[in-house]
Amino acid sequence: MTIPKERHVLVVFPHPDDEAFGVSGTMTTHIKQGTPVTYACLTLGEMGRNLGNPPFATRESLPEIRKKELIASAEAIGLTDLRMMGLRDKTIEFEDDEKMVGMMTSLIEELDPSLIITFYPKFAVHPDHEATARAVVRAVRRMENRPKLHCVAFANNTLDVLGSPDIVHDITPVRDNKMASMKAHISQTAWMLAEMEHKLAQGDPETENWLTKERFYNYRWEDDFEETF
Amino acid sequence: MELVEVKKLQVQLDAFAGKDVYLHLETTNGSYASHFNEAFFNAGAFIRNVVINYELGKVVGDSPHRVGLKLPHGWVYAQGITHYEMDDHGRLLLAGHDGTGKLAVALQISETPFSY
Repeated sequence: MTIPKERHVLVVFPHPDDEAFGVSGTMTTHIKQGTPVTYACLTLGEMGRNLGNPPFATRESLPEIRKKELIASAEAIGLTDLRMMGLRDKTIEFEDDEKMVGMMTSLIEELDPSLIITFYPKFAVHPDHEATARAVVRAVRRMENRPKLHCVAFANNTLDVLGSPDIVHDITPVRDNKMASMKAHISQTAWMLAEMEHKLAQGDPETENWLTKERFYNYRWEDDFEETF
Repeated sequence: MELVEVKKLQVQLDAFAGKDVYLHLETTNGSYASHFNEAFFNAGAFIRNVVINYELGKVVGDSPHRVGLKLPHGWVYAQGITHYEMDDHGRLLLAGHDGTGKLAVALQISETPFSY
């Protein structure tokens, strides 16, 4: 599927590295097509558990490390508008819900995106992912002229409930950017990347497919995740 | 961080006794535990920047160690502590890292507040 040109793309995820696995190839493709792309990353992944043994970081030194990794990932993607929104990892669902909608609404009003990418509510596994998705959907729901809303879903029941993804981007032409984005988050991805590169070297088709295809669902307004907010 | 040496850590714990200190205490299995294993019951707790004043702090046992703080009206303890560090800001950071390098528990005390 060719990726249509957009006016502006807004990507909203809670953690440094959320962008790398599922969306970085799509972001680079938009940027290469001349579309402005903004990534709003809500936290610095302060509560990440990968600290090594022997440890390479502490709970207190991790945020600075992950901030540098996020900036390096943005460079690998080619992204020039990276917003760090200053929330704390694992606390987003406990923030005031209306405040979260307000944060999304100000981003949308400022950037006027024709496409927004976030997680799919109820199919996003991590509580921060879910809270981010809820805030974005609520903000977009209130708009008169809604932009396209592409959602990443990876809960175990995704295929059963949502079916196959509506949109599949082949990002092979920007594969190197994606690999560099994933590698930028090395403190959290080292173990996983080692396994992935081993499988790729063996020519494993499933891993190759996972790497080069990015999958999204259109948000289904007719089957909204809540009746009212 | 370095591996806990009971005698050295005990000296550090003693140094904070009787002072108002900010506490960070956390236990976690990670947010994906029930995603990878749906039968897993995921529980954890987190508290940050609550002020306590302990009269007695003790590190006990072989690694992974237990660390307990006796308060005038209560207790704080953590189990599974493997590593510790007195950082550049004079904060005592204790952590339990499992064999794969993942943090499972953290107990930290500081005379100044931890960041947000």
